[in-house]
Amino acid sequence: MNEFLTQYAFLIIPIIKIAILVFLVLTVDAYLTWLERKVIAHIQARWGPHRVGPHGLLQPLADGVKFIFKEDPMPANVDKVAYILAPFITLMLALTSLAVIPFGPQKFTIWGYETTVGIADVNISLLVLFAITALSVYGIALAGWGSNSKYSLLGGLRSSAQMISYELSLTLSVVGVLLIAGDFSLRNIVEQQGTSGQGLLTWNIFPQIIGFTCFFISAIAETNRVPFDLPEAESELVAGFHTEYASMKFAMFFIAEYTSMIAVSCLATILFFGGWLSPFPASWTFTHYLPSVILIPFGLWVIYDGLRYENIFGRIVLPSVGAVFALLGFALVASPLVNGIIQGPFWFFAKVFIFLFVYIWMRGTLPRFRYDQLMSFGWKFLLPVSIVNVILTSAVILWRTR
Amino acid sequence: MTPAILIFFVLAALAVFGAVSLILQRHPIHSALSLIVVMVALAGLYLLLGSEFVAAVQIIVYGGAIMVLFIFVIMLLNDGEEERTHFSKLATFGGIPLAVAIAGFIAAAIAHSSGDLPAATANGSLTSTKTLSMLIFTDFVYPFELTSFLILVAILGAIVLAQREN
Repeated sequence: MNEFLTQYAFLIIPIIKIAILVFLVLTVDAYLTWLERKVIAHIQARWGPHRVGPHGLLQPLADGVKFIFKEDPMPANVDKVAYILAPFITLMLALTSLAVIPFGPQKFTIWGYETTVGIADVNISLLVLFAITALSVYGIALAGWGSNSKYSLLGGLRSSAQMISYELSLTLSVVGVLLIAGDFSLRNIVEQQGTSGQGLLTWNIFPQIIGFTCFFISAIAETNRVPFDLPEAESELVAGFHTEYASMKFAMFFIAEYTSMIAVSCLATILFFGGWLSPFPASWTFTHYLPSVILIPFGLWVIYDGLRYENIFGRIVLPSVGAVFALLGFALVASPLVNGIIQGPFWFFAKVFIFLFVYIWMRGTLPRFRYDQLMSFGWKFLLPVSIVNVILTSAVILWRTR
Repeated sequence: MTPAILIFFVLAALAVFGAVSLILQRHPIHSALSLIVVMVALAGLYLLLGSEFVAAVQIIVYGGAIMVLFIFVIMLLNDGEEERTHFSKLATFGGIPLAVAIAGFIAAAIAHSSGDLPAATANGSLTSTKTLSMLIFTDFVYPFELTSFLILVAILGAIVLAQREN
């Protein structure tokens, strides 16, 4: 058995990692919908989901069950190949884009096979991500065309035009970071930002503030989110490209949208905000206790809040969840080894969470663009600005090396 | 059979399947989709040959940009299915013998050269992204810039043609 494991470790370990990552991502997707509904509800002075489970925490589960058991009708005269293929392509590409993202600095060896925190550590990971983005237009275009419906077709056309337009500025806005790092590997881009040990001062966000602005705006447009969610503008197109989809096929588009939100947030974190690096100087070792400092009070607060909850189910579930958080915090204080390992992923996920929150925040705040505004903004403002950023960055780098 | 050869055969089969399907499909969108399959399979083959930059660019440029344009145009025109006609006389008397002859030549060439082909020199440095870009911007900078101008002229021509209708 052991020989078998060492011989095929290159095959078995990635499969295990993929299974874990897909499970994690789908769970995070589900709870991202909960968070989004809750945050937007509070922005609009409502309560949001609060019926299923304490604080509506079981709502994603109920939604999932609903999606699985709903009838899945296929409209008449659809193009069957395109109609069925489209949600699969969309979800597959969205999940694939997470495969090249490194989540932490460690390299560890299992069964004689060296591996990293992340599925694939390729030296052109950024190009791979752009290749996946380039292909992800097809899912939406095919869904729009294959549904044989006017609303879907218009939504699909809008979306493909939008994605092609914003892909240019997305790619160009990253060139500044590439010039600074001199490498396509996301791992090396992160490590290059932390060489001085001065914390957040050496992150790419400071020299590349223009690049980051262009990147984030085009990334929101690429993921079809507010204020760029014209492909699914409810008031004009019913639901855009996924009008004719129901049940699990609709859920696949939905999961893909949230997964690409996560992927884009990871990418922004890696390229501009130092990935898994701590924002504090390396000499401040006391900041290593920050995960515990957050987890323990949060756990205690959840216990306190849960004990006052209105029904008996919540009074049992919430305090136990809180106790798990608090105990996790104490365990991290007790074991410096685990605490050291957790530092990288902790900062990474903290930054990703902030980006996801900004996504939701914008959905609760900003109105939708008009279509001609969207196009002229992309081509006449964002694209020139990112080109100027490339020229400026190369000029500064050239001037420094002289 | 090493994993590399297995992957090669899977990708090669995928590419051939896509190419045949491209011709046999009756709907333009299905043909375009088959062409995307060919492009992605070719990118996989480039990756197998160790030139990862070319593979990524193959998907970004051909699989992404160009094919999206194809699909976009087909969607906008919303072309229907092709009508199937009988073989033309040119195809029956010129095309089929020519195809058979080419297949025969290739098969004969492969059969004769079996075994003693010199191994390709594994020049890993040439295919790395850094050396490739260094070559483009030093030795081949004039052809590269001229190509950019050619594309720019083509874009301007497209704009002029589009404007003429107004």
